[in-house]
Amino acid sequence: MTTDVLDTAPPRSVPPAAPPPRRRSGRFRGASINLLALPALLLFAVFTIYPLISGVAISFSDWDGYSADSNPVGGANYLRLFTDDTFRAVLITTFIYGIGSTVVQQVLGLGLALALDGKLAGRGVARAIIYLPVLVSPIVMGTFYYLLFQYNTGAFNDVVVAFGGERQAWLSTQGGGVTIILAVNSIQFVGTSMIIYLAGLQGIAPEYIEAAILDGANAGQRFRHVVLPLLQPAFATSVVLNLIGGLKLFDVIQVLTGGGPGTSTSSVSTLIGRTYFDAQSAGYSAAMGVALFFIIAVLTILANGALNRRRLEQQ
Amino acid sequence: MNAVLSRRAVGLAVGAFVLLVVVIQLLPFYVALTTSLKPKTDLSSQWSFPLSEPFWGNFVTAVTDGGILRAMGNSVLVASVSTVLVCVIGAFAAYPLARRPTAYNRGILAINVGLMMVPALSILVPLYSMLAQMGALNTYWGVILVMVATSLPISIFLYASFMRSLPISVEEAAMIDGANIFQTLWLVVIPMLKPVTATVGILTGVGVWNEYALSGYILTSPETRTIAPAIASFFSMQSSNLPAAAAASLLAVIPVVIAYLFLQKYFVRGLVGAEK
Repeated sequence: MTTDVLDTAPPRSVPPAAPPPRRRSGRFRGASINLLALPALLLFAVFTIYPLISGVAISFSDWDGYSADSNPVGGANYLRLFTDDTFRAVLITTFIYGIGSTVVQQVLGLGLALALDGKLAGRGVARAIIYLPVLVSPIVMGTFYYLLFQYNTGAFNDVVVAFGGERQAWLSTQGGGVTIILAVNSIQFVGTSMIIYLAGLQGIAPEYIEAAILDGANAGQRFRHVVLPLLQPAFATSVVLNLIGGLKLFDVIQVLTGGGPGTSTSSVSTLIGRTYFDAQSAGYSAAMGVALFFIIAVLTILANGALNRRRLEQQ
Repeated sequence: MNAVLSRRAVGLAVGAFVLLVVVIQLLPFYVALTTSLKPKTDLSSQWSFPLSEPFWGNFVTAVTDGGILRAMGNSVLVASVSTVLVCVIGAFAAYPLARRPTAYNRGILAINVGLMMVPALSILVPLYSMLAQMGALNTYWGVILVMVATSLPISIFLYASFMRSLPISVEEAAMIDGANIFQTLWLVVIPMLKPVTATVGILTGVGVWNEYALSGYILTSPETRTIAPAIASFFSMQSSNLPAAAAASLLAVIPVVIAYLFLQKYFVRGLVGAEK
């Protein structure tokens, strides 16, 4: 197409343009390096952006996920999200996972970082072991913890019995299931928070601490007024990361409870999979997907904004 | 005297706290090991280790019935090809974004950050039906393209941040010496990217090795299935045979643990770099 135009263009009917000035050629070369991003952009277009857009389109239809026909239903799927008791319950569980894991990981992660920043014997080994589960698939960690919490030979029930309690099917109750899932996710990824806080602690110039000591601050005051404010960037990073991870939670739920009994331990992510593959309501499932992305994006932007504003105020 | 005593008490408490977390982290591995080394009929406590006569039959079941070795081979293939592609495509894409901050490229960077937040399950429905139409379900190329596309945003972000921290004067000097922009990239910039490439490579390799949310739906046939979907499916089929499920899961962890033992410095440094 382009070559056709060039071929049929009347040759030399206008005086040849002056050679482009050096700056223009520099700019051309500059623009051509944008081509380096082309493979990545193509992959995004096909495998992320097109699915996102087409997911929005599907969410306005009653498509069942496999047949050829589907009818537009307007915003019916989104209205259903607001009236569906199951979705509301699952959304609350998802927030419990997201916010609960974030709180547990900040407390434990900061505690571990403070403990392992000092001259504790064997701290290298301790750090390595605490960080190890981060690298293991949540499917595998979930399987391990399933063994630990299962009814018959589970190690946890042995402890309960040793203290005079009764064996319990911990994962078959809503409270037990949600608590165990939350705990397993938090403890598996506590190494991430620990490493972020350790990096933050090691970035604090010793002069600040020395100055505080000279001013007569005790250990508690030094922590409260010097260390904690300087950890603000690490805090922001860790919170946003844990919040996104918790709200997206999927793998570990699939292994530990499958989202059950019923949907009592489901997150929005596991409900999306069920609604699409088991209930064959692709339209409704897509609407949940759009809603989940929206919720995560809004919360991430809000958290980022709030945490960064606090940082600015402290400076 | 009192101060010394209280300092010692604090030290003991800190040590006990760390020890407790270390034990909690090791406990699931220990329980999996004791479970996997006993026959299904052995109902002894998971706390007791079968020192006298460990039973290896569960590992045989995991390999023969669960196809765990095949799944590990698939994971090696998918993870290594994806990692190489992510490093190459990511580094190339990051260069114009880092060095040519036009409105267009700033827009691309913003979209890239937005893509980092997309939950896998949000694109599941349309992605799955598109892959079905393309005939990409249960294929290596299908899952590799999806893994590369979903791993690229964080990688581009890391490469672009790293490139901006490099002194531009080196590139300018190369250009003044007559190198064009592509020669500069290839001969000057790429060789400086080793540290960030270690980060991106480890992050992508581990991420793809462990990925389940999408590959669990894309890969359902035993021929192409990677390790996480294989374990999940073996586990749900063998829910009455927990020792075999434990053996399969342990086998899947071995490569990660070995890599971690040898490359621990890079793993931790890589992660810290990734969080910045």
